[in-house]
Amino acid sequence: MRYKFDKSYKAIVIGGSAGSFQGITRILSSLPNDFDLPIIMCLHRLKHVRNGFVEALSIKSVKPVEEPCDKETIKKRKVYLAPANYHLMVELGNTFALSTDEMVNNSRPSIDVSFATAAYVYKSKLIGILLSGANRDGAMGIKKVKEWGGLTVVQDPKECMMPTMPNAALELSPVDYVLTVEGIIEFLNDLHQQINNA
Amino acid sequence: MQDIEITDLRRITEVVKQNYGYDFTNYAISSFKRRILRILELGRYPSVEHLIKRIKEDETKQYKEEFLGEITVNVTEMFRDPSFWRVTRDHVIPNILVNHNSISIWHAGCSSGEEVFSMAILLKEMGISDKAKIIATDLDKGILEKAKKGEYPVKNMELNEKNYIRYQGTKSLSDYYTTVNGKVVMDKSLVENVSFREHDLVTGGVFNKFDLILCRNVMIYFNQTLQNEALKKLHESLFKYGYLVIGSKESLIWCDIANKFIVVNNEEKIYKKIRE
Repeated sequence: MRYKFDKSYKAIVIGGSAGSFQGITRILSSLPNDFDLPIIMCLHRLKHVRNGFVEALSIKSVKPVEEPCDKETIKKRKVYLAPANYHLMVELGNTFALSTDEMVNNSRPSIDVSFATAAYVYKSKLIGILLSGANRDGAMGIKKVKEWGGLTVVQDPKECMMPTMPNAALELSPVDYVLTVEGIIEFLNDLHQQINNA
Repeated sequence: MQDIEITDLRRITEVVKQNYGYDFTNYAISSFKRRILRILELGRYPSVEHLIKRIKEDETKQYKEEFLGEITVNVTEMFRDPSFWRVTRDHVIPNILVNHNSISIWHAGCSSGEEVFSMAILLKEMGISDKAKIIATDLDKGILEKAKKGEYPVKNMELNEKNYIRYQGTKSLSDYYTTVNGKVVMDKSLVENVSFREHDLVTGGVFNKFDLILCRNVMIYFNQTLQNEALKKLHESLFKYGYLVIGSKESLIWCDIANKFIVVNNEEKIYKKIRE
């Protein structure tokens, strides 16, 4: 195994924007179907189109992708997507909380919001992964994950269609791994094997 | 961006309760914390202490209103979720009018009034404005004043127009407003029969019965304890077989009295009260 994990993790957050759709579908289609940790995705999307996106991701994904309701319990083995026009937050007590408050970095859902609230709840037991994107949303989120002791992964800007987002994260905060999509897939598979062998 | 602890939030809710009489104790922590961080940032408070001091010592009404205006979320749209408004027009309201001559509607947490104007336009286009009795409430006096005025920034109208087109109204949204000094002013006659009132879903009582209650994206700011309490009030405020509508990503499933409602439309989160 290439990647060694020194502790058990509770959740994974993934953020992405322009140019991340292919990468995210590659990752979701390569997941082991019994992948244990909840995956919480915040992807920039059309604000006023409620339907279609989650279905498009589900078709490619090994597991169904769900848009959680407010106060829904976060469960193992599930893949979640921030719904259109809401911020998706992680609440103490292992539930989701939604909000329609002001856009952050011109975005709702905002990756910074999802990452920062998840980091606060899961502390060092969180893995944050930031993919391609054309704005700076997510950079502060990665910083928060790191500050709370979590593990951070940023997609290699050289591979990104839109490198602004990963570059912004790399400028703002130390990051544990800079990986290609294939590298992220291997990383998650190694994590999965380690969880299963534990 | 600074971070604040839950103990800080508790201290803030305590002074707010003592000084302003509003109880935010059971608001959802993550979003309440974001609101406080926002207030600290906007007011350039170096720390939570400074904010607490201000709440304790600034006895002007103005600051109280400013605080309430920021602690509550007032981001809203006209015809938000156009498909919901279509279902309301084509199914919910016709169903109510099968058995009644008139219809009573409560906008619980009406914020700056976009939803109230949306409803008024819907009713007008259905030709039943005179059959409707509408009450719109919010805990924030300042925002109620805005709602009554019906003045909105021009930049918001692009989105509102888009929503209205998706809703498939019979006219153009611009038929319902004029633009004055860079502001959009809604046709006041739309809401001449609307009663705007101060009411807090947390501390306020049940004051009337309704056929239809809209409480969309309000209870998301409450924790589950408070959601349960608020839902009881909403339930009590509905006639039997009356309708309750919540936000598209809210759910009643985990509330204590969920079994007193049935789902009429799960996509649009429309529920019907079936038990007292």
